[in-house]
Amino acid sequence: MTTSTASSRRRPRRILVNLLYALAMIAVVFFMLTPFLWMVLNAFKTPLQIIKLPPELIFTPTLRNFENVFGTQNFMRYITNSLIIGAGCTLIGLLIGLPAAYSIARYRQNRLALTILMARMVPGITFLVPLFIVFRTLGLVDTYTSLILTHMLVGLPFIVWVMVPFFESIPRELTEAAVVDGASAVRAFVAVVLPLSGPGIVTASILSFVFSWNNFMFSIVLASSRTRTVPVAIYNFISYAQIDWGGLMAAAVVITLPVLVLAIVTQRYVIRGLTAGAIKG
Amino acid sequence: MISRFFDRHQRWLFPAPAVIFILLMMIFPLGFTLWNSFSGWSLTAGRPNTFIGPQNYIDIMRDARFWNAVLNTFYFTALAMVVELTLGVAMALLIDARDYPGKRIVTSLLLLPMMATPVAVAMVWLLMFEPTAGVINFVFGELGLPKQLWIAGSSSVIPSLVLVDVWEWTPLITLIVLAGLAGLPSEPFEAARVDGASYWQMLRRVTLPMLLPTISVAGLLRFIDCIKTFDIIYGMTGGGPGFSSETLNIYTYNQAFYYFNFGYASALLVIFFAIVSGVSLLVAYSRRQLEV
Repeated sequence: MTTSTASSRRRPRRILVNLLYALAMIAVVFFMLTPFLWMVLNAFKTPLQIIKLPPELIFTPTLRNFENVFGTQNFMRYITNSLIIGAGCTLIGLLIGLPAAYSIARYRQNRLALTILMARMVPGITFLVPLFIVFRTLGLVDTYTSLILTHMLVGLPFIVWVMVPFFESIPRELTEAAVVDGASAVRAFVAVVLPLSGPGIVTASILSFVFSWNNFMFSIVLASSRTRTVPVAIYNFISYAQIDWGGLMAAAVVITLPVLVLAIVTQRYVIRGLTAGAIKG
Repeated sequence: MISRFFDRHQRWLFPAPAVIFILLMMIFPLGFTLWNSFSGWSLTAGRPNTFIGPQNYIDIMRDARFWNAVLNTFYFTALAMVVELTLGVAMALLIDARDYPGKRIVTSLLLLPMMATPVAVAMVWLLMFEPTAGVINFVFGELGLPKQLWIAGSSSVIPSLVLVDVWEWTPLITLIVLAGLAGLPSEPFEAARVDGASYWQMLRRVTLPMLLPTISVAGLLRFIDCIKTFDIIYGMTGGGPGFSSETLNIYTYNQAFYYFNFGYASALLVIFFAIVSGVSLLVAYSRRQLEV
């Protein structure tokens, strides 16, 4: 008797708590999504519709902004540049990062690990100023070489960070067995260890590519007409006296969309990659 | 032959390419910067790369714009970290509290703000903050709140930039804390429940103390990134209006790539580097003390 009255008295309270919970979650999701919603809506509006108050949520969309971005702004060129630099920085990063991470995991080379993670800690501008002076002397400003090399400062720590715990979890007996069977150290690494590390390599590559694609500071200093990347191109939109908001939002959609799709599709790995170092601590 | 050589020296041959990269792209630039910080090198002033001793450091100590940048950096970092840690932990506890269909979707939405290109995001906020045509002031007006200047006002610019940073990076704290919550042992919670502890008592006495190491790592990660925030500040205000949002990172950038004072900028970098390492070491040290 007593328990049933207690629970029936508690029921309205529980409904209220659930309602508050739902409201709080809606508020969180709303806060996170509003900027994206605003970006997409305004990318399809005419200049007059954009500054109209109250803002229209339902309107006839126009594709003119996108036509402008791709037609007059030469945006395909910038996308190609960003793809080349992102892919280059990720591939070379894997090429030198994977063996290093394996060695760190296997021989506990903690000092090397800490030095590589230092690139993540030290403000990028500390490297950028001296490297700019060097690249200027060597005539490497505005080349893929200098951009790929500097973007690797961002990508390489991610690759090592993600791969070290991954390689540590692969039992050492596997490579030792391969070596006993007559395989060389390199062969054991390439034929035994790497095939087992698929998810780790995917995570590391995505993080390295995305943070290169998003990078602004290295690119704005080192890239000009020949190698301009998309973040620099979109920033240049606002240097005109009259800001073309529609074109700006269309460009923003074009450069964030691929990254967001990549993040959603591979979210399980990406979450693990972004938080791995922190949990391991 | 070659393969046997490789086998014997695997320990240093495997990491060799990465070590060369580190030496050329990290260690050498740091040393070069330290060297340059004692030179009067400036392209705009037409001064050559000559040794002038600690003159740059003496000038910096008398430079009002430097001290303004130090204050702005710490104001921005402290405000962003307090808000992000509070909100991030609260959001993680909120998401963790209940199970319902679609919960995974909420967690994946968390990824979007921090993966989106910061400069693109900065442009969207620029439009939303726009004082006359922006949606935020429109909503403020409809709610009867006073309209703000946001990034156009010298006192509101840093809190406005913090709002963007909060939007972008609070989810990282939430994800880290969610992972930490999933890794907690269940026994202490069961014991507390048997003892009849309420939700708030459990939160204060059990959950939060056990999460403290995770939260402090999340805080350290955020500190490292907050203090060097560049994209959204440079993209939205360029340090303005005036110098009211010019942080150390932006000021150094301007000295190096706007005025081309390489010597002076190098000395600023050395100081910036010392501040970041100093605080990071302090946090890492106090964290070790906490865990013992």
